[in-house]
Amino acid sequence: MSVGTEDLLKFYYYLLLTRGLEDRVAKLYRQGRILGGCYVGSGEEAISVGSACALESRDVIAPSHRDLGAHLVKGVQPKEYMAQYLGRRTGLTRGKDGNVHFGDLSRHIIGFISPMADGIPVAAGAALAFKIRREPRIAVAYFGDGASSRGDFHEGLNLAAVLTLPIVFICHNNQYAYSVPLSRQMAVPHVADRAKAYGFPTRIIDGNDVLAVYEATREAAARARSGGGPTFIECETMRMRGHAEHDDASYVPRELLEEWRRKDPIQRFERTLREREVPEESMRAVQVRVLKEIEDAVDFAEKSPLPDPHEALEGVFAT
Amino acid sequence: MEEITYLEAIRQALWEEMDQDERVFLLGEDIGAYGGAFKITKGFLEKFGEERVIDTPLAESGFVGAAIGAALMGMRPVVEMQFADFISCAFDQIVNMAAKHHYRLREPVPMVIRAPYGGRLHAGPFHSQCPEAWFVHSPGLKVVAPSTPYDAKGLLKASIRDPNPVIYCEHKYLYRHAKGEVPSGEYVLPLGEAEVKRQGSDITLITYGAMVQQGLEAADQMSAQGIEVELVDLRTLYPLDTETILASVKRTGKTLIVHEAPQVCGIGAEIAAVIAQEAFRHLDAPVMRLTAPHTPVPFSSPLEDFYLPNAAKIASKLKDLASY
Repeated sequence: MSVGTEDLLKFYYYLLLTRGLEDRVAKLYRQGRILGGCYVGSGEEAISVGSACALESRDVIAPSHRDLGAHLVKGVQPKEYMAQYLGRRTGLTRGKDGNVHFGDLSRHIIGFISPMADGIPVAAGAALAFKIRREPRIAVAYFGDGASSRGDFHEGLNLAAVLTLPIVFICHNNQYAYSVPLSRQMAVPHVADRAKAYGFPTRIIDGNDVLAVYEATREAAARARSGGGPTFIECETMRMRGHAEHDDASYVPRELLEEWRRKDPIQRFERTLREREVPEESMRAVQVRVLKEIEDAVDFAEKSPLPDPHEALEGVFAT
Repeated sequence: MEEITYLEAIRQALWEEMDQDERVFLLGEDIGAYGGAFKITKGFLEKFGEERVIDTPLAESGFVGAAIGAALMGMRPVVEMQFADFISCAFDQIVNMAAKHHYRLREPVPMVIRAPYGGRLHAGPFHSQCPEAWFVHSPGLKVVAPSTPYDAKGLLKASIRDPNPVIYCEHKYLYRHAKGEVPSGEYVLPLGEAEVKRQGSDITLITYGAMVQQGLEAADQMSAQGIEVELVDLRTLYPLDTETILASVKRTGKTLIVHEAPQVCGIGAEIAAVIAQEAFRHLDAPVMRLTAPHTPVPFSSPLEDFYLPNAAKIASKLKDLASY
């Protein structure tokens, strides 16, 4: 299946926007202009962008903390993301929660929370609702290799399997869970080796190839939508920065980072675009648009009001 | 009015809500063909089908998480914990995912977790616990603990219709030991309202769940001795009906709080603090508590009998308080 120029440029836009926004936030973090921690998915953008672009608009995603790209594809605006990081009332949680802890059901995004893998059974529950109501929608759960050690990973995968739920599991295998390398997290070489035990198809793909992620997700989504049940896609990649921006990742061998830097998903995709003869001026236009959106987002966030102190008491319960 | 058991009242509430609202569905262990460990859902699979009566793998965190996801999609899941003791396996999903969701994102999480709890069935440390205070301490959850069939039915229906996560604590001893009249027609009781189950002017006895019946028996014993006890049945533990509590305490000036859960940081501690702050000058005696001791629930009969409050122990405490 061939992806047209319009889609190629769409992927390019979301890849650049994701990288650009996160680089900008990391800079703001070092300048002391954001609140709290800073989590980026640098080098892993192809996974969330490629997979989210393969979904229908009403499909639901449960992203993890390195999935800004999926949020953006689903419609989260750069200015909302920046305002979230700055703890502003215009952020997606109105200052109630920080950094990448956000979601929005009106855009079919289940909010992420810190305990890793919690979103997996929750996404399965969304898929269960679609199955019960016979809606042609699917759910996608995102998580990392670290999350695959938690019980909720296993409970969620197994539940989805026995109930034949319309769901796709997308694992960023970025080789490290904070400071612990994969070899110390599991005694099998791949996260997919764990997933195999639950009795549905698993795939291991190049997570730094946006087109490979897109194709694998399309296939898995079609299977889920037609009643074929879950698929597990392990996307091999590398965490190119620390767990969060406070972490210099000095425990990661330099040569490993150098090896993966040569596989950078954005540079690779730019080569693909040129091979496919996408006009340079079209690529340039995307770059210019992205830069402007990022600066507008920072400007919007910094000019946005902080919440009033008493808002801390609001919204504990739905009425 | 028909007289039914507490178990039958819960069964009726579930049945009626499922019958009239197709968003309501059940998740839990052995709730399908087997009808649940306590047979609450007997016949549900035949009536509502396997898509709405879902036997899950033995994975509490997984199926509570799934209930949250379905609730976010507009369903109204009701989860059965086989025993409340196993709710700890799903603690993270409940207090981190479900409880905090609306505060963070303004999106409702309408779901109920039914938690069969409590002792007096010689079931030992892992089938007898009273975990209600864990959840009262977690902002974003409502916690319900009915004592009669009438309350059990009306409050479960309200819990299912509530747009928030509700921990519905149903006392296992009451399942077949509590009988009472329930109207044949539709009714719903509001969450957050205590009820004065017995009026009296001398001492306020505040309790809930299985201790209500014990408290009423103790109150009758006291009445024979000329001391009139007012019994406040909390019915909902969060939000707590402090208005009813304080109105009664201000009338009587003496308070005994009874619960089956351990004393330290239990519901009674919170109520005692509220009374001390809000009704101090009305008090004629220290606020007293009668609870389980700070130990796991023991198994053998003499140990469990020693552990649990009962009518005789309550009457003894009431006597102390009356003579203070």
